[in-house]
Amino acid sequence: MEENHIIEVENLYMYFPVTAGVMQKKVADVKAVDGVSFYIKKGETLGLVGESGCGKTTTGRCILQLYEGTKGKVSFEGVDLTKLKKEQMRKMRRNMQLIFQDPFASLDPRMTAGEIIGEPLKVHNLAKGKEYKEQVEELFRMVELEPYMANRYPHEFSGGQRQRIGIARALAVRPKFVVCDEPVSALDVSIQAQIILLLEKLREEMGLTYLFIAHDLSVVRNISDRVAVMYLGKIVEITHSDELYANPLHPYTIALLSAVPIPDPKIDRTRQRIILKGDVPSPINPPAGCRFNPRCQMAIDICREKEPELKLVGEEHWVSCHLVKSSAGIGNPPANQ
Amino acid sequence: MATVVQDEKILEIKNLKTYFYTQEGELKAVDGLSYYVRKGESVGLVGESACGKSVGALSILRLIPYPPGIIVGGEIIFQGKDLLKATEEEMRNIRGNSIAMVFQEPTTSLNPVLTVRRQISETLELHRGMNKNESLQETIRLLKLVGIPDPEKRANDYPFQFSGGMQQRIMIAMGLSCNPALLICDEPTTALDVTVQAQLLEIIDDLRAKFGTAVIIITHNLGIVARYVDRVNVMYAGRLVETAPTEELYANPVHPYTIGLLSSVPRLDISKKKSLRIIKGLPPNLTRLPPGCAFAPRCDYAMPICKKEYPPLEKVGEEHYRACFAEISKLQKQEK
Repeated sequence: MEENHIIEVENLYMYFPVTAGVMQKKVADVKAVDGVSFYIKKGETLGLVGESGCGKTTTGRCILQLYEGTKGKVSFEGVDLTKLKKEQMRKMRRNMQLIFQDPFASLDPRMTAGEIIGEPLKVHNLAKGKEYKEQVEELFRMVELEPYMANRYPHEFSGGQRQRIGIARALAVRPKFVVCDEPVSALDVSIQAQIILLLEKLREEMGLTYLFIAHDLSVVRNISDRVAVMYLGKIVEITHSDELYANPLHPYTIALLSAVPIPDPKIDRTRQRIILKGDVPSPINPPAGCRFNPRCQMAIDICREKEPELKLVGEEHWVSCHLVKSSAGIGNPPANQ
Repeated sequence: MATVVQDEKILEIKNLKTYFYTQEGELKAVDGLSYYVRKGESVGLVGESACGKSVGALSILRLIPYPPGIIVGGEIIFQGKDLLKATEEEMRNIRGNSIAMVFQEPTTSLNPVLTVRRQISETLELHRGMNKNESLQETIRLLKLVGIPDPEKRANDYPFQFSGGMQQRIMIAMGLSCNPALLICDEPTTALDVTVQAQLLEIIDDLRAKFGTAVIIITHNLGIVARYVDRVNVMYAGRLVETAPTEELYANPVHPYTIGLLSSVPRLDISKKKSLRIIKGLPPNLTRLPPGCAFAPRCDYAMPICKKEYPPLEKVGEEHYRACFAEISKLQKQEK
């Protein structure tokens, strides 16, 4: 493990069984995460993007050991989390927290905001009495809420304020690593920007490392240092944020980026749009060869037969495509169709 | 982009007011909204949640649940007739026939216990007087039009057997079934992935060009609007704050809310180093609207008059109007 890597994921698999019949016999697997490897450096934000059902949330939860991965290794600061006993893992969780997508469902409606934010301090025995009160107040201020709001219940807050409560709760135990699972997708545009800037500020102040999961590529570009693109349980491309947007190499990344509208008609109307055909195939029975081949305009014979590996093509730029040999990309589509 | 826009207004909304009477008091969801749509034109209605964009659209079809909601004033002129004066019988003829609507959530808008064929053929038999066989042929044609593979077979499937994107295509097919003069799309792609979103918007735009249907796209996504509509209406707290042709609005916004909205959206073509600008504060509670301009408490340019009077819509350019007291020269100096 390299020293500056806070998280290392090696060949992670997560299969959910599909059962049928009275005996609940296993008939198939949903291959939610199907062999994923990557690392996150200390202090950076890694964006994880992909369409719904591609396994990005499952990957985040496997890292936190909220799901026990079927296979594979997840290391946090060099410690293999998959080998830890329950009690050891519970202590470890102090270092790694989760911010949820839905600020309406993730806060207990019968607890006050103060209790919600203070609960992790009690659970981990971090503060008592006067100190507890002070710390909760400080957490309120940290996320730009007023401490006098501590006695209110979640329903009295707006969506953006609730998300701030969720953030304060995650940061209460002073974690080193936070998984942000679609933290702004349920919020209004003007509130999204507020939360993004808050997360950015907190990362700088507390020296946090984020795994930022989102389906909105514009948001991810804005917050991430590096970005990983997932498709059907696999990472298809991973590189620096600016490099990915300037020089996307995988045909899926190219199509995905071209589908994102840019709020400026002068620019947007001149961009070439690649409209992908059909839907994402079922993760129960993914296509043979490269998983993207049925929707790929470039696919040739080998793509239908052999699964491509993630290979290094540039400075910290990995792509999993048979056709991409270097950072120059594919160029013109090959004649063999 | 529009090719067949004519000068004739197909829909004109004047000073529409739709209020809800709730336990917390009178809620002015739409409060003096005016805009128009020309034949074959596509118009965007943009704003954040609870700004009244959906209620405004439902009011056109008179689908506001009463109680608690009621249209308290205004005019909705559609093809020369005021829909607010039409009888319920006349409205039934218009809904789904000359004005159709595509809702945000296809999963909840489609009937789960009826096959897709039943749901589409219902409007065909009702409004176009087709018999069973004709309506089946037409249903299959419509499904093919919106890009459902293998429509002969899939027409007999139930909604749950389709993905979200496919369900929304079915909604669009249903909306188009009677060749409406106006199609209202209420957040048509919000619950969907970007790749599917692009597919659907292309379909809607193609069909508009083909059939000359006027389209209203209601969305909170400024990106969608940029590519697919001719004119944009920006709403805040139940009112129009700015309206302009699309390119003009993006190049030259003159309402502080529009300016704020445009600079607070993360953009794909702008890297991390350039930070977002934010609009401070929260959208107002519609039951307790402040007097004067509803945006004033969040506005950097607010003056004493903004807190007393509501600014009227003033003309600032060709088809470009805004409701703001602040001097335009001042806004632009600071933002550009």
